[in-house]
Amino acid sequence: MEPLLQVDQLTVGYQSTLGIYEVVRNVTFEIAPGQIFGVVGESGSGKSTLALAIMRYLPVGGLIRNGTINFEGRDLSQIDLEEMRRIWGADLGLVPQDPLSALNPSIRVGEQIAEVLRRHRGMQDAEASALSMAWMEKVRLHEPGRVAHSYPHQLSGGMQQRVMIAMALCTEPKLLMLDEPTTNLDATTQATILDLLCELMEVHHTAAMYITHNLGVVAQICSELAVLYAGEIVERGPTQQLFHDPLHPYTRGLLDSVPRLGRTKRQVRVQAIQGRIPSVEALPTGCIFRQRCPLAIEICEEPPPLFMNTGRRESRCHRWEEIASGELDASQGASPIRPFKIPPPDEQPTLLVENLRVQFERSQNLIDRIRHRAGGSIKAVNHVGFDIHPGETLGLVGESGSGKTTTARAILGLIRPEEGKIHLQGQQVALKLAERTLDIRRLAQMVFQNLNEAFNPYMTIGEALSRPLIRLVGLPPDQVRQEVYRLLESVQLPAHYAERFPGSLSGGERQRVAIARAFASSPALLLADEAVSALDVSVQAAILNLLGELQAESGSATLFISHDLAAVGYIADRVAVIYLGQLMELARSEDLFQPPYHPYTEALLSAIPLVDPDAEKEHIRLSGDIPALTEVQAGCPFESRCPRRIGEICRDVPPPWQEGDRGMKIFCHIPIAELETQQARVFQFSDKGAPEA
Amino acid sequence: MLVVLKSLYRSRASAFGTSIVLLFALLALIAPWVAPYEVNQQILEDARQAPSSRHIFGTDHLGRDVFSRVLLGAAQVLILAGSGTFLAVVSGTSLGLLTGYRGGWLDDFFMRLFDSLLAIPALLLALLFLGMAGPSRQSVLLVIVIVYTPIVARVVRSVVLSIKTKSFIDAARLQGETTARILFREILPSAIPALAVEASLRFSYAIFLISSLGFLGLGVQPPNPDWGLMVKEARAFVSQAPWAMYYPAAAIATIVIGVNLMADGLRKALQVSSDLHG
Repeated sequence: MEPLLQVDQLTVGYQSTLGIYEVVRNVTFEIAPGQIFGVVGESGSGKSTLALAIMRYLPVGGLIRNGTINFEGRDLSQIDLEEMRRIWGADLGLVPQDPLSALNPSIRVGEQIAEVLRRHRGMQDAEASALSMAWMEKVRLHEPGRVAHSYPHQLSGGMQQRVMIAMALCTEPKLLMLDEPTTNLDATTQATILDLLCELMEVHHTAAMYITHNLGVVAQICSELAVLYAGEIVERGPTQQLFHDPLHPYTRGLLDSVPRLGRTKRQVRVQAIQGRIPSVEALPTGCIFRQRCPLAIEICEEPPPLFMNTGRRESRCHRWEEIASGELDASQGASPIRPFKIPPPDEQPTLLVENLRVQFERSQNLIDRIRHRAGGSIKAVNHVGFDIHPGETLGLVGESGSGKTTTARAILGLIRPEEGKIHLQGQQVALKLAERTLDIRRLAQMVFQNLNEAFNPYMTIGEALSRPLIRLVGLPPDQVRQEVYRLLESVQLPAHYAERFPGSLSGGERQRVAIARAFASSPALLLADEAVSALDVSVQAAILNLLGELQAESGSATLFISHDLAAVGYIADRVAVIYLGQLMELARSEDLFQPPYHPYTEALLSAIPLVDPDAEKEHIRLSGDIPALTEVQAGCPFESRCPRRIGEICRDVPPPWQEGDRGMKIFCHIPIAELETQQARVFQFSDKGAPEA
Repeated sequence: MLVVLKSLYRSRASAFGTSIVLLFALLALIAPWVAPYEVNQQILEDARQAPSSRHIFGTDHLGRDVFSRVLLGAAQVLILAGSGTFLAVVSGTSLGLLTGYRGGWLDDFFMRLFDSLLAIPALLLALLFLGMAGPSRQSVLLVIVIVYTPIVARVVRSVVLSIKTKSFIDAARLQGETTARILFREILPSAIPALAVEASLRFSYAIFLISSLGFLGLGVQPPNPDWGLMVKEARAFVSQAPWAMYYPAAAIATIVIGVNLMADGLRKALQVSSDLHG
């Protein structure tokens, strides 16, 4: 079959004051009609530039240096922008990462879709509006009439992305560019959007180039994929083959660095790739991956050509044949992390939280005042209670807005809870930070979520690290410097980093320093809030292992907060699942991934794209969006979306906490025994090595 | 410091402005040695002389050398405007840091107070105050501080509000840092770029305010060589000796333009360097 898009030897550069940097080099691939082609890469790999170049959408300074882009018999790299305007929208659609910035904030969304139809299909007003409405139904927006008359900011992220999909597909283009379209969405929303995309593209026979860093997503939806590293395709091939036996050490490294759903640190250890992606100013000669490759030998100093084997596989590695035959194994095979110890159940917990309730008051606005209406309150955290024992990691997992961070901040005293008791090492502590003594503050420290805000930009790393030593540990001034060096060493950073400013550090390095700062006062409790979410997969693995190792060494208790169930399941001993400020389930991490589950956990597990193209999976999808926190009723907060809802009781009566085996607890009306008989295992990996039940 | 100066010379406009400011500062410094006549030295037979080689800016109605007076007046105005701005920056910064960080009733109280002060035009407020306190150098200084403290406080407060929600402030609180250290060590550095720009703008407005007050007769009193005062005194004789009015007026205009151009360059320079800090 004739390919729809054929990219040949494409090289894209950016003009800077110092010359032209080529950020995409000699990229060759093709997409067949109706095919979903994946482009996987970490940040800085040039994947967005590649997409923009193909669309002729490069920003000022960007230029196509070489190569051809053949789309339906025309070379897009040669035609002028006036002609390109007719192709955009009509034959070539785009679904961007951030729908809110792509939609016009001052035009109703129905009109925005209709405009595309008028422009590219030459339709009249009435016809365009009717078809726009039809497409809103096709993307399964509830009440399309109401949505059509809404402005973008009035819609949730998932709904905005549905509108973008309708807008991109309504002209029935032949090729869609999907630039991380689900990255900003919650797992349950992402799952429904991906389902929708695949279904619509199949119906309309649309091809797509799907750009992402998420290996799980490509495994689920792409038939073929290319792995992009530092601007070059290092490997390309059908998805299944590529996942099962990668022919390039980088692909192997990526696959080894992602935590798999349901595998804990005790079973298998995620592998980080050494070093970091080279910058465009300092690309290595020869093989682009040479400096980080565990298999690099002398020949790798020569640039490797793109080798092709008999199947449709390509690898840019000199040693691909050895890898293919199994002579060489690129994975390093380090041993799993040995847990500190299994805490005896009667031991005093490091942290005990009882009945924690945090409420945010929404102050009255002018209209409220005129109508004599009280300002509302938002129940961010609702009667949450749990304990963490010394040396134990409790994972707290939930979607955005579920109250994870609020819980952590309340434990630390950074916000004041409405009610609740917090005990640290058996001692009840004040809820207000100002009333806590330095000795108590020393006990609990935090690794903050936002890497860019975690450090004062005007303070050196050394000074930032020295402060807890001076204030909390009370170290004499002459020993501080020595201790700062020791801390840097403990997170595998060289001592001279003490003189550097946070702005000059990469994300992974900054996170290491953040961990060093949190451990500086040897806290009994560490709270890690989305400690790896902002990092690339290969760096994520290193940080996860570092946290695991430091904790095993120090024996501190850890609350690991994340939206990423796979990462939580990997690092945590026990997992708490939270939804709308309410704990739903508490279970040992080995038990969380097999029935019986809480219905919400079940849906969450089913929504996560597995890093295995052949995995078997139950298909559970949640309808609607997460309700606003002000709308939560007396009963179960999950009631409105629960696929296993049993009746009015769910809405009106708060469910009981039911206790299962091995400390498992769920917050549900359905008896555990009944859940156990109804539920199947949500997912099953195809290969051996899956955790034994 | 040197880095900032270097980047000020990167654009033509700010290089021009900075050069003017530096030139005036230099002239103010060396004025006592280079001024050909005493400040109030009257050479009656030379009164109302047009500019010549003896009096390059001419003389006024009392026979005083305009060039010497403009030169010697530079130090007067620069010191008064400079110290007034400095005090306003110090008090405005402290109040802005404290009210922005603490919030609550303290913030409400000061912000409403500042609102009411800002509602009155600066010159009117100055006149009101000088009417009560009586005109003198000290009163002018105090007026500058009162008029500009609220403006500086607002600028600093807005920076505080954006910084205080960042995680590194939470980290500092968890580490048990004192409020003073959080304010001055953790938050203040982020406010420095905005503060530097604001301070240089305030400085140029202070020069303007001093001159305006001098012109209205409520500021520095005769026979001080204040530029505004000189313009006022020469105005009555503008038909006979216009140069006695033009030169001090030109001096005011030049330095105000110079400081403004420099402030503009400063903003760009500091923008770049704060980008570098992440």
